[in-house]
Amino acid sequence: MSLNKPDLLHQMVTIRAFEEMAEQLYTLGKVHGTMHLSIGMEASAVGAIAALRPDDLILSTHRGHGHCIAKGADLNRMMAEFMGKENGYCRGRGGSMHIADVQGGNLGANGVVGGGIATAMGVGLGLKMQRRGDLAGFWKPARSADRVILCFFGDGAANLGPFHESLNMAAIWKLPVVYVCENNQYAMSFPVKKAFAIERISDRAAAYGIPGVTVDGNDLLAVYEAVSQAVERARAGEGPTLVENVTYRWRGHSKSDANRYRTKEEIEAWKEKCPIRRFRARLIEEGTLAEEEAERIEQEAYAAIEAAVQFAEASPEPTLEAIEEGVYA
Amino acid sequence: MSEAVREITYLEAIREALRQEMQRDERVFIIGEDVGVYGGAFGVTLGLVEEFGEERVIDTPISEYGIAGAITGAALVGMRPVGEIMFMDFTTFAMEQLVNQAAKMRFMFGGTIEVPFVLRTPAGSGTGAAAQHSQSLEAWFVHVPGLKVVAPSTPYDAKGLLLASIRDDNPVIFVEHKLLYKIKGPVPEEPYTIPLSSAEVKREGHDLTIVATSIMVKRSLEAAEQLAREGIEAEVVDPRTLKPLDEETLVRSVTKTGRALIVHEACKTGGYGGELAAVIAGSEAFDYLDAPIVRLAGRDMPIPYNRNLEYHTVPQVEDIVEAARQLARGRI
Repeated sequence: MSLNKPDLLHQMVTIRAFEEMAEQLYTLGKVHGTMHLSIGMEASAVGAIAALRPDDLILSTHRGHGHCIAKGADLNRMMAEFMGKENGYCRGRGGSMHIADVQGGNLGANGVVGGGIATAMGVGLGLKMQRRGDLAGFWKPARSADRVILCFFGDGAANLGPFHESLNMAAIWKLPVVYVCENNQYAMSFPVKKAFAIERISDRAAAYGIPGVTVDGNDLLAVYEAVSQAVERARAGEGPTLVENVTYRWRGHSKSDANRYRTKEEIEAWKEKCPIRRFRARLIEEGTLAEEEAERIEQEAYAAIEAAVQFAEASPEPTLEAIEEGVYA
Repeated sequence: MSEAVREITYLEAIREALRQEMQRDERVFIIGEDVGVYGGAFGVTLGLVEEFGEERVIDTPISEYGIAGAITGAALVGMRPVGEIMFMDFTTFAMEQLVNQAAKMRFMFGGTIEVPFVLRTPAGSGTGAAAQHSQSLEAWFVHVPGLKVVAPSTPYDAKGLLLASIRDDNPVIFVEHKLLYKIKGPVPEEPYTIPLSSAEVKREGHDLTIVATSIMVKRSLEAAEQLAREGIEAEVVDPRTLKPLDEETLVRSVTKTGRALIVHEACKTGGYGGELAAVIAGSEAFDYLDAPIVRLAGRDMPIPYNRNLEYHTVPQVEDIVEAARQLARGRI
C-alpha cells in the first residue's frame, strides 16, 4: 500500500485541532461530562489505522477521538455527538466516551478500560467464520472475506483479566485481530513502571504464542510498519499480533486530573517528542512536503474544526419524545 | 383432536431448537465450555458437533468473560451466536461484557448497531452442588435495560422460546433449570416460535393466582392439583419471558381471582417477585385484591450442601400448597 503522507499529517493535525477545541469547549461550559484527550498520541492512532483497508474494523477506547478521526469519521457529526446533538453519530446518546461510526468501521469507543478487548476477539471470530463458503455470499453487498479487526487499548487495560482471555482465545483460533496497546505511561495515575514487572508490555505476547512488538508510538511510520505486518498476518489467517505503541499523553487522564503523579519536566520532555512536529519535519526534510503546504494543511484542519463547531452548535437537541429509542432493537 | 404430539424432554427440546435453527440459518453457532464432544456439562449440545462441525460448535477454554466477548463481538458483525455458560453462577465472570457492553451498545451508539445473541445458562438448586453452582440470578439481568430475559418451564416453551430468542435482534439471557432438563412434555417436531413477552396461563382457576417462574411453575401446578382436592382452584400463570414482561396476562388473572401468590426459587430480597408484586399492586388489579400479595421465594441465604437443608432453602410443592391455602382461605 502506498502511503499518502501529507494526508496522514493532515489527520494528525485534525485530531490535535479537534481535541484542543474539545478542551476549549469544555472550559467554556459548552459540553458536559468529561473527556479524555489523546494530545501527544496522534501518531499511534493515525499510523495504526493507516495500515487498514476502509472495510476493516476497529474498536476504540475512552481516549478515542484520534481513532475515530483516523478511521474517517465526518467531523461535523463527530462534533455534534460531542456536543450531545441529535445529528451526532450516536444521536447524542454516547458523547465523547461512547462514539461509534458503524458505517465507517468504528465499532465504538468504550467507557470501560479493557471493555473492548474481548469484544474484538468476538468480532475476529465472526470475521473468520465469514470466510466459510456457506456464509461467503450471505450479505448483500458482498463482504470481503479477509477483513480484520484492530483493537486499541491502553497500558492499564493490559492488566485486566479480559486481556488474557481475549488474547488467548484469539491465538488458539488464529483470529484476524490486531491488538494495539497504546502505552501512554500511566493508568490514570499509576505508572507503567509500577504496574508491570516486565520491560515491555508486548513481552506478554510470548505467553500466548503470538508475535509481540514494541515501537516508538510517536513515530508514525514505525507504528505503520509494525501494524502493517500485524494486519498482513491477520489477513493471511495466521492469527493475532500484539503491538505496543510507546507514547505519552500530554494532558491529564481526564478533566479532573491535577497531575500530582508526574512532574512538569517529564511532560515537557515528552512534548519535545511531539509526533506531529516530528512527522512534519520529516516530510519537509525528505521533500514530500513544502513548508507552505504544511502550513496550508494546518490551516485547513483548524478551519474544518471551526466549521464542525458551527455545525454542531446549529444542530438540534434530541427530543424527549425519543428518549428511550434504541434500548431495544 | 389431532394426533398426539410426541413427548421429549426439556433438554431435548432445547437441543432440537438449536439443531433446527442451525440448519435454517448458517449464521447461528454454539460456543461454550465443553459444548463439543462432551456435549455440554448437562448434555444439551450432545451430538451437535458431529452434525455441524467444530467451526459451528466451538469449545472454549475456561473463559466466561471471553465467551461473553465472543458472542458480543460476533453478533456485532452479523452472526447469531448462542453462548453457553455452564452454571449461571459463572455468569459473574461475564457480567462486565454483558452489562456494560452488549446490553448498552445499541443505545449508546444511537441505534446504529444490533447485538443479536443468546446466552444459555442453567440455574437452580436441587443437585447437591451447593452454594456456588445453584444460584438463580435472573433478577440481576432483568435489571439491565437492553437485555431480554427468558425462563422456560416446559419442553414446549423451551423450544419455542429458544427459537424466538435466537431470531430476536437483542441480547437474550436464556435461563434454563437443571431439574427441568429431564422433564418430558409434548413438543411438535416442526420449528415454531413463542413471542418473547407472552405469559401463559398454565392452569385456570378462580380462587387465587399463582405467578411462578421456571421450575416453580411445575411445582405450582402440582400444588394446584393438591389444592383442587381441597376445593381450592388455583390459576397458575407463567410469565415465561421475565423481560419484557407480559403484564396484561398477569393483571387479568389477578383481577379475576383477587389473590396473588408469587413463587420463585431465587432469594426473596431483591428477587423478581418484588417486581411482579409491584406490577400487580400498581395495576387495575389492585382494586380487586382481597388480600395482600404474597411472595414465596428462596430464603435469603446461600444454597447449603446437606440434602435436607438444601430442600428447605427454596419453595417446594408443600410450601406452595400451604401458602396458597392460607391465602385462599382468607388467613392472610
